[in-house]
Amino acid sequence: MPRQIDDAASSLLVEEMEALGVEVLLGKGAQRFLGDDKVTAVSFGGEDERAFDMVVISTGIRPRDELARECGLAIGERGGVVVNDALTTNDPHIYAIGEVALHRGIIYGLVAPGYDMAAILAERLCGPENPVFTSGDFSTKLKLMGVDVANFGDAFGETPGSRVIYFHSDVARVYKRLTVSGEHLLGGMLVGDASEYNHFLQMVKNKTPLPGDPHELLLGASNGKAVGLNPQDLPDDAQICSCNNVAKGALVRAVAEGYTQLGPLKDATRAGTGCGGCIPLVTDILNAELTAQGLEVNTHLCEHFAYSRQELFQIVKINRVKHYGDLLARYGQGHGCEICKPAVASILASTWNDLILEQEELQDTNDRFLANIQRGGTYSVIPRVPGGEITPAKLIVLGQVAQKYDLYCKITGGQRVDLLGARVNQLPFIWEELIAAGFESGHAYGKALRTVKSCVGTTWCRYAVQDSTDFAIRIEERYRGIRAPHKIKAACSGCVRECAEAQGKDFGLVATEKGWNLYVCGNGGAKPQHGVLLAADLDEETCTKYIDRFLMYYIHTADKLTRTATWFNQLEGGIEYLRRVIIDDHLGICAQLEEDMAHLVATYQCEWKAVVEDPERRKRFRHFVNSDDEDDNLQWTHEREQKRPVNWEIVA
Amino acid sequence: MSEAIAVEQWVRVARVEDFPSNAGACVKLGDEQIAVFNFASYRDWYACQNMCPHKRDMVLSRGLIGDQEGTPKVACPQHKKTFSLIDGRNLAGEEYSINIYPVKVEQGFVYIGAGSASN
Repeated sequence: MPRQIDDAASSLLVEEMEALGVEVLLGKGAQRFLGDDKVTAVSFGGEDERAFDMVVISTGIRPRDELARECGLAIGERGGVVVNDALTTNDPHIYAIGEVALHRGIIYGLVAPGYDMAAILAERLCGPENPVFTSGDFSTKLKLMGVDVANFGDAFGETPGSRVIYFHSDVARVYKRLTVSGEHLLGGMLVGDASEYNHFLQMVKNKTPLPGDPHELLLGASNGKAVGLNPQDLPDDAQICSCNNVAKGALVRAVAEGYTQLGPLKDATRAGTGCGGCIPLVTDILNAELTAQGLEVNTHLCEHFAYSRQELFQIVKINRVKHYGDLLARYGQGHGCEICKPAVASILASTWNDLILEQEELQDTNDRFLANIQRGGTYSVIPRVPGGEITPAKLIVLGQVAQKYDLYCKITGGQRVDLLGARVNQLPFIWEELIAAGFESGHAYGKALRTVKSCVGTTWCRYAVQDSTDFAIRIEERYRGIRAPHKIKAACSGCVRECAEAQGKDFGLVATEKGWNLYVCGNGGAKPQHGVLLAADLDEETCTKYIDRFLMYYIHTADKLTRTATWFNQLEGGIEYLRRVIIDDHLGICAQLEEDMAHLVATYQCEWKAVVEDPERRKRFRHFVNSDDEDDNLQWTHEREQKRPVNWEIVA
Repeated sequence: MSEAIAVEQWVRVARVEDFPSNAGACVKLGDEQIAVFNFASYRDWYACQNMCPHKRDMVLSRGLIGDQEGTPKVACPQHKKTFSLIDGRNLAGEEYSINIYPVKVEQGFVYIGAGSASN
C-alpha cells in the first residue's frame, strides 16, 4: 500500500476502516505466532503482544512456476520465471508473460501489464519490430473494504518539474491528488471516490491537454461535471474498448464509412461488445464525429421510425393513435423490431393506459408474461406491498405460495418479497392464489412505478415528525402501474434521518416539522446521484400536485429507457428551469399534465387480475402450445436450503 | 420459407389459433423444442430452435420479432441477441447461429418440416 497512496490518503483510508469497526495497527512487524495447538497471540517483538483467535495472512501473489522449475528455467529467489526485457527466459526459445514472469525483480499482479507484455511479445514473434518491455503500468483501481482506492501514472509527483493538486474533504470522505506537468496530467491517486479513474487514466495515456485552470479537473469533477476529456482531444490511437482493443481511429473511420448509429457501429468495430463499459465513450465519439462531419446526431428510435421517442409521444397523443400497427403504417416502415415495439407499447400505455396485453405482440417477455425473466428462462413474482407495510396473514400467504410452488424467496430492496423460479405455466395459478389473498401486481416487470419505500414514521418512531408510512401507501396506490420511459422508484421518510433513502429515488419525500420536502431525479444503480430539492415544506395536496406534474412532464419529454436522473442531467437550465415548469407553470402546461395524470390514475387496473379471470389469456401461459409438458431443459441446484438454477456454462 | 430444403416429413403440430399473431410460441416435436412465429405482417410463418445458443436457455419463442433491413428476425429475451429467421445467422456477426425449420399452414393447421434442419 505505501507504493500506492500517500500519508493523507492513508489516514483517510484508516479512518474509513475504523468506522467499519476494524482496528488498524500500522508500523508493526509480526515477529512470532504464539500458542500451542492453535494461534493465541501474535508477537510484534519484545513485550509487544496482542491476543488473536485467528490469523489471516495476506502476502500478495505467488507465481505458479512449477512447470518452469521442472524444465530447469531460472527462477527468482521468491518464485517467478526470470525474464529479460525481451520477455525471454534463460532458454531463448521459451518466453514468459503475466503473473508468472519476474521482470527486473518485479512480479506484476495486475492485468494491464499482462496485456502490455502480451502485445509486446506478439509483436516480437510476428512483426517486423522488436519492442521491449521496460516497466509495467501500476495503475489500478480497487475497492478496499468498500472504499474506492485508485492510483495511476506518476501518483507521487516523481517526475522532475511536476506539480501537485490536492482535493481533500473530511465531509465527503474523499481525497484526490493529481500530478501535472506544464500541459499534461501525469498521474494521481483517488481515495473515497474513484469514479473519475478511467477518465483521468485516458488523459494520462493520451497526453490530453489540461484545462486552462488545472484545478478544474478536481473541482469540476467534484461538481459531477467532466472536465478535460473531450472526445476530439483523444488521438486516433487512443484505445477506447480494451476488451476488443478498438482504437478511436477505427471508430472515426467507421463513422465516416456510414456507421452512424450506435448498434451498427458496435457491430462493425466490435467496440463495446465485451463488458460494455466503454459504450458512453463510444457514444460521445460517435456524436462528436457526426457533429464534426456536419451530420445530424441521429435521434431516430430505430430503422422503423425516423422520429425520437418524444416526437412519437406527441404523434400518438395528438393523433389519438392507439395501435402499434396504425402507427407503423402511418409514421413508420418495415415490420418493427425489439427496440421500437416495447418503446411504442410504453408510449401507448403512458397515454391511453389500456391493458398492455391487448397488444401482447409488442411486449418483451417481462411485460408479455407479467413477471421478470431470470436465468434458465423461469420467472419471478413480486406482488405489490404498498409502502412495505404487510400484515402477518399476508406474509403467511406469501410463504405458503412459495412453499407450494417451491419458489426461492428473497426480500427486495423495495421492501417487498420476490418469489423466484416459477415456470411460465405456473404463473396464473400462483397469481390466482395471491389475488384471492388480496395481493395485486407489483409491476416489477415493467418500466413503471415500482415501489414507494418508507420508514415507520410517527406510527412507531420516536424521532419522526410525519406519518411517512401512511403517505407512502397513498402515493404508491396513486401511481401504481403507471408506465414511463424507464422504471420509477420512490421513497418517503418520516424525518431528516432519512431511513427510507428518499434522496436516492426518482422522487422522494422527507418529512419536516411543517410538511414535506420533495426531492426529484435521484438514482441508485450504476451511476448513483442524489435527488435535488424541488420544493420544501409542502402540504400533502401540493406535494401530490407537484409529483403529478413532475412525472407527467418526465413521461412526455424523456428519451426511451432514460431514468429521471439522466433526463435531468440533460435538461437545459437544470433545477431552476424544472421549478419554473412544475411550480410556476412557465410553459402553461400544468393543467394538461394534471389531467393526463388523472386519466392514468382513474384507469388503473390490476394486470394480473385481468389474466387470471380470462381463460383465453391464461392459455398463453404455457411452455408448449401442443403439449402440457414442462421445459425439461431446466436444471436446479440447492444452496442455503433453497433451490436455484445451475450456473450458466461459459459458452465461447 | 426456404424452398431449397428437402422435407422428409411434415408434422402437424397445432392449430393456427394456438399461436399469437406477430409473436412466437413453442412446440414440442419429439424431444425437440421449436419456436414458431406467426409473422402476420409478412403474411408468413417461421420456425427455429427454441434454445438461444448464447446461454442455452429455451426462450427464443418468447422473443420479440421484427425485421432488420427487410430480413425477418427474432431477438432473444435474455440478452437481445438477434438471429435471422431466413438462415439462422446472428445478425450482429457473432459466431453462433440457430437452426431454422420449414413451416407450412394448411386448412387451419401448422406443420413443421421434420428431419431436415438447415445448417
